[in-house]
Amino acid sequence: MIGLQHYLVVGALLFVLGVFGILFNRKNVIIVLMAIELILLAVNINLIAFSAYLGDLVGQVFAMFVLTVAAGEAAVGLAIVVLYFRGRGTIAVDDVNRMKG
Amino acid sequence: MIEAVAFYLFATLVIAAGALTVLVRNPVHSVLWLIVAFFNAAGLMVLVGAEFIAMLLVIVYVGAIAVLFLFVVMMLDIDFAALRAGFVRYLPLGALLALVLAAEMVFAIAAWTAGGIDLGARIAPTPAAKPNIEAVGALLYTHYLFVFEAAGLVLLVALIGAVVLTQRKRGGGRPQNAAKQIARRPEDAVRNIDAPVGEGIEL
Repeated sequence: MIGLQHYLVVGALLFVLGVFGILFNRKNVIIVLMAIELILLAVNINLIAFSAYLGDLVGQVFAMFVLTVAAGEAAVGLAIVVLYFRGRGTIAVDDVNRMKG
Repeated sequence: MIEAVAFYLFATLVIAAGALTVLVRNPVHSVLWLIVAFFNAAGLMVLVGAEFIAMLLVIVYVGAIAVLFLFVVMMLDIDFAALRAGFVRYLPLGALLALVLAAEMVFAIAAWTAGGIDLGARIAPTPAAKPNIEAVGALLYTHYLFVFEAAGLVLLVALIGAVVLTQRKRGGGRPQNAAKQIARRPEDAVRNIDAPVGEGIEL
């Protein structure tokens, strides 16, 4: 029988994969953004699992707001990537130190 | 039985696709694996009975966000091989951190089985008779109406922000100045001249 713990383990593993992706692809900011999407997906899986197994719909409503923030974050993040690429010709985030004082 | 099979299928695929998203070399493949991960996560959500969020995940993530990523990856002419150079340096640290984090989380979840959460009251108990979409809608448009509108505002701000950031100002254009056009009067622009025959006129 599939219980709440199974879903929580899936969420935890997906979250860890996202964290690993951020560390692993530190230079490529597009993959870093995708890893952040994976982390938010893991959070959503946890929210939905708790919502289903505790019989409370609020978790699903909250997952929708997480989805909204993820969409906004992806749009603005990719806009910044495009802007940065236009100015520098690369997206290596190692040398994003133009604004240091 | 079939539920367990479906769960293990979706769970394995979502984790495998997530791992391939961060591991493959080609970013286009990375986006495609991300789409696979989202599809399987939507499958997991269908299994627990959250159909609305599952469909939303497919529409928003696969239909909008993943395509946005695909556009950006394909539009920018990026030398991804150069970006990947020296990535092995971060591999031990990243793998160690990920393993420690995963072990901690799985242990915590396994240990939590003993206790269990007993909610004193539920804010919105799942109604038995209503379908999922109807129940979520009834909750969203009544109890969470203002939060819902705030979410819309977040999307509006993100939309305006993305447009403002990427808008390019081109030099040398002669854009229309509507205020100047409207302020122009016939008296300023037109003159009646009684032109004499055989001579030119001063303009």
